[in-house]
Amino acid sequence: MKQKTLEQDTSRRGLIMGALYGIPLMIAGTVVASVGNYLFGRQTTETDTWTDAGDVSDIRKGVPSQVRFERAVVDGWETRNEESSAWVILDNRRNITAFSPLCTHLGCAYRWQSERKLFTCPCHGSEFNVRGDVIAGPASRPLDRYSTKVEGNRLWLGPLKDSGGV
Amino acid sequence: MRALVSKTAVWIEHRTGLQSAISGFLLEDIPASAGWPEVFGSVALFLFLIQCLTGILLALNYAPTPGEAYNSVAYIMRQVAGGRMVHGLHHWGASLMIIVVFTHMAQVFVFGAFKKPREATWIAGVTLLLLTLGFGLTGYLLPWDNKAYWGTVVTTKIVASLPFIGPMLTRFLGAANGVDALTFSRFYTLHTLLLPAMTAGLVAIHVYLVRRHGITPAQVSTEEKQKFYPKQLFRDLFAVFIAFLCLYFAASFLEVPLDRMADPTDTNYVPRPEWYFLFLFQLLKLFPGRLELIGTLILPSMAVLALILLPFLRRAHTTILKGRFQSACVVALAFSIWFGLTSAAGWTPAHPKGSVAVSSQAAEWARLSPEVIAGSGYFRSAHCDSCHDLIVGTPKPGPTLGLTPIRHPRDWMFQHFSDQSQAGSGGGESFSLPMPQQNALLIFVASVKPKSLQTLAEVSPEFSNGAQVFVTNACASCHKVNGIGGDTGPSLNGLGNRRSESWVRAHFGAPSKLSPGSIMPPYHLSQNDERDLIGYLFSLSQ
Repeated sequence: MKQKTLEQDTSRRGLIMGALYGIPLMIAGTVVASVGNYLFGRQTTETDTWTDAGDVSDIRKGVPSQVRFERAVVDGWETRNEESSAWVILDNRRNITAFSPLCTHLGCAYRWQSERKLFTCPCHGSEFNVRGDVIAGPASRPLDRYSTKVEGNRLWLGPLKDSGGV
Repeated sequence: MRALVSKTAVWIEHRTGLQSAISGFLLEDIPASAGWPEVFGSVALFLFLIQCLTGILLALNYAPTPGEAYNSVAYIMRQVAGGRMVHGLHHWGASLMIIVVFTHMAQVFVFGAFKKPREATWIAGVTLLLLTLGFGLTGYLLPWDNKAYWGTVVTTKIVASLPFIGPMLTRFLGAANGVDALTFSRFYTLHTLLLPAMTAGLVAIHVYLVRRHGITPAQVSTEEKQKFYPKQLFRDLFAVFIAFLCLYFAASFLEVPLDRMADPTDTNYVPRPEWYFLFLFQLLKLFPGRLELIGTLILPSMAVLALILLPFLRRAHTTILKGRFQSACVVALAFSIWFGLTSAAGWTPAHPKGSVAVSSQAAEWARLSPEVIAGSGYFRSAHCDSCHDLIVGTPKPGPTLGLTPIRHPRDWMFQHFSDQSQAGSGGGESFSLPMPQQNALLIFVASVKPKSLQTLAEVSPEFSNGAQVFVTNACASCHKVNGIGGDTGPSLNGLGNRRSESWVRAHFGAPSKLSPGSIMPPYHLSQNDERDLIGYLFSLSQ
C-alpha cells in the first residue's frame, strides 16, 4: 500500500515537473510563432496596378529614355499617387523594355552615359548595358524590369518583374 | 559541455546574482493553506504582459492620428499577416484582464488578505484596478470608429459635468471643444505611455509588498509552511495556461467589432460603452436630471473610497470561516448589482441606427444576390405587400408569392409592376420603377422561399439600401458579386480585405486616378448611399 502511494507521489511529481517546463514552453512557442508571423509574414497588399507611362511614339529606337509618370502606390493602409520614372528602350523589333530607375546594388538612381552606351551608378560605380546586365561594379544582379504592354499608342507599365538574379 | 554551462552560470551569478534571486523567489516560504484561490494575481500579471506585447506590436502598424487611425486598424485586421490575431489578443485580453483583476480582488477581499499589515498592498491593488479601467476607457477611442467616437463623447461630457474639477479635467483630456484630434492625442498618450508606466511601477510595488508580507495564511497562529516551488508555481502556471488558452480561443474565433469610421455628423448613433462599463451606463439612467451627479460622481467615488478605506474599516481577522462567508455574501451582492445593471443595459439596442459594422466574416445574407436583397426592399417600398403575402399572412387579393409559382411571362410582370389593373384587382397603387429596379424586384419575387426570407430578415435597412444603390447604378454590368455579374471590373467579393474604406470612397469619385486605365466612370453618390454601398460591399464573403 505504502509502495503504491510512493509510486503515485512520484508520478504526480513527474507530472508537475513536466508541466513546469511544458507550459512555459508551449506559451512561449505560440507567442513567438504569432509575433514572428506578424513581424515577418507577407502582407496581403494589392500592388499590381498598371500605369500609363506615355506615348510610344515619343520613345526613340535603340536609345534609352527616361519617362516620368504618376502611379498609385499602396503604402500600408493608404493608397496615394506618387511621381515615378523608368528607363525605357525600344529595340529594332519594336519590343519595349522598361527598367526600374534604381541600381540593384544599394538603390541609388543610375544614369545613362550615351558616349559609353552604359548605365552607370554614381554611388559605387556599378555599370549595366542596354539589356540591363551587370558589366562592372558591385551590383550582383541585372536591372529590375517593369512588366510592359502597349495599348493603341500608349505604353503601360505594370509591377516589377523578378530579374532572376540573386 | 556541462563544465562550460556550469562555468557560465557561475559567471552570470557572480555578476548579476540572477540565480540566487530566482532561487529566492522559487523557494520562498508560503502558507501551507495557499492553493488555487491564490493564482489570480499571477494571471493578471501575465495578461498585463500580453497587453504590453500586443500593444507594442499593434503600434508598429498603427497611425495615431484621427484621419488615419481607422484605416490603419482596418489594415491590421485585414491585411497584416497575423494582424487579426494580435488585434484580437489585445482586444479580448483587455476584457479578460478586467475579469481576472476583479476576481483577484474578490478573492483578496473574501480571504481578508487586505488587513493589517497589508493595507498598502491593497491600496496599490485598488489603484491598479482603476488603472486597468483607465486602459479600457482610453483604448476605446483609438480605433476611431463610430462606436469609439460617440462612446468617448459621452465619457468626456460626463467628465465635463463634474462640479469644480470638470472643466479642468476636460481641458486635460483635450476635449474642451468636443472630441477631436487633441482628445485623440491625449487618449493615445495616456493609453500608450502614461498608464503603462504607472501600471508597471505599481505592479512592481504591489509584487514587492506581496513578497514582503507574504501570502495571507488561513490561520494566523498555527500555520504550517510550504515552498512556492513546485506546487504553487504549478498552480499559477496552470491558471496562466488556462487564461492563455481562453485568450487564444477568443482571438481566433471571435470577431473584434469595427464600426464604420467615426462620423461626428451621425446624430442617429446610440453610444454604448464596453461591457465592463455598461453598469455605469445603466446607473446614469436611474438618476435623471439633477440627480445625475449621483450616478456620475457620488456613487462611483463612494465605491472607490470604500475600497481604499476598507482595510481601515474592517480590522477583525476574517480568516475564520464565518468571516469569509460574510465577505463572500458582500461580493455576491456587489456582483448581483453589477450583473443586474449590466443585463438591464443589454436591453438597449446594441446596433444603432445608421451604423455599418465592417465584418471580416460574411453573414449568411451576404451570399444572396444584390438583386434579391434590393428587390425585397423595393417590394416593401412599392407596397407590394398590400396585395401579396410572401409566405403567410392575412388573406390578400393577390396570390401568395412563396406558394404560387409565377406563370406569367417577364413582360407581363414588368407591365404589372407599373399597372396592377391588368391583374384584375383594380385597386392597386400605381408606381413606376426604372428597369434595373424592376428587374431586381422580379428576381426577388421569383426567388421567394421560406429560407431566403428568413435570411433576408437579417439584412439591416442600411445594407438593403447598399444593395439598392448597387442595383440602381448597374454595378453588376462590370463587377461580379457572389459569382454573378460582368468581367470588365474585378469581383467585389473580398473588397474589404483588399481595399480600405477611404480608398473605395476616393475610387468612386475618380476611378482612373486610383486605378490607371480603369474605364469606370466617376460616381458622385450621396453620403448615405456611399456609406451604405461600401458597408454592403465590405460585408460580402471572400
